[in-house]
Amino acid sequence: MPLAAVTRDPLDLQTLARDLANDSSGDGAVATFTGLVRNHNKGRTVHFLEYEAYEPLAVRAFERIVNEILETWPAVRVGMQHRIGRLEIGEASIIIVAASPHRGDAFAACRYAIERVKQIVPIWKREHFEGGDVWLEGATADPDDEQAKLAAYGIACA
Amino acid sequence: MRVTVRLFARLRDLAGSGDLIRDVEAPATVETVWQSLTAEMPALREYEATMSVAVNAEYARMGAAVHDGDEVAFLPPVSGG
Repeated sequence: MPLAAVTRDPLDLQTLARDLANDSSGDGAVATFTGLVRNHNKGRTVHFLEYEAYEPLAVRAFERIVNEILETWPAVRVGMQHRIGRLEIGEASIIIVAASPHRGDAFAACRYAIERVKQIVPIWKREHFEGGDVWLEGATADPDDEQAKLAAYGIACA
Repeated sequence: MRVTVRLFARLRDLAGSGDLIRDVEAPATVETVWQSLTAEMPALREYEATMSVAVNAEYARMGAAVHDGDEVAFLPPVSGG
């Protein structure tokens, strides 16, 4: 699977980390993030989530985030994969791996990546909960919104 | 000219389909396509202030030009992760 991908298949952090680790003799740190489907949200009991994506644009948005990371942390390499379709409680919806010579940059880039995913990647989740279902809606996606980008950077480097 | 309209998540539910073909008069912008769509389905207007748009799978603005054969997407606020 490409380092930036949207897939219907289960995600595998080990494989992504290994794919990213090619030519990694200069790396001193690998930070990872896994997003999981949890069984509760806003007081509701969640049964499962259903994700959909505008796939070609989602992949481009991932690549944009990778480029943003390279501008800020030139020594960091990052991979991110998002799963779509029906996901059960406990399953991984997203995995992110950041590799770097030093841990500080790896942690920061990993956190920046997930914050940006939530801002600009065209993926949506429908929550199926006890008694109904609802499309969750977060940020209006605008990759050129510098304020949003700064906010993600601020969280990453807090 | 003919364009493909892509709708996602709740916008798709409101329209009853995520994949529509629409004829609009040239010259057209994303705004032209949106006005034509919402004239037909006023419920979609709820998203006018919060949606994003894309032309041929690249983020765009409402004023962006649209050409024959283009794919125009309207995207509700995103909730990935």
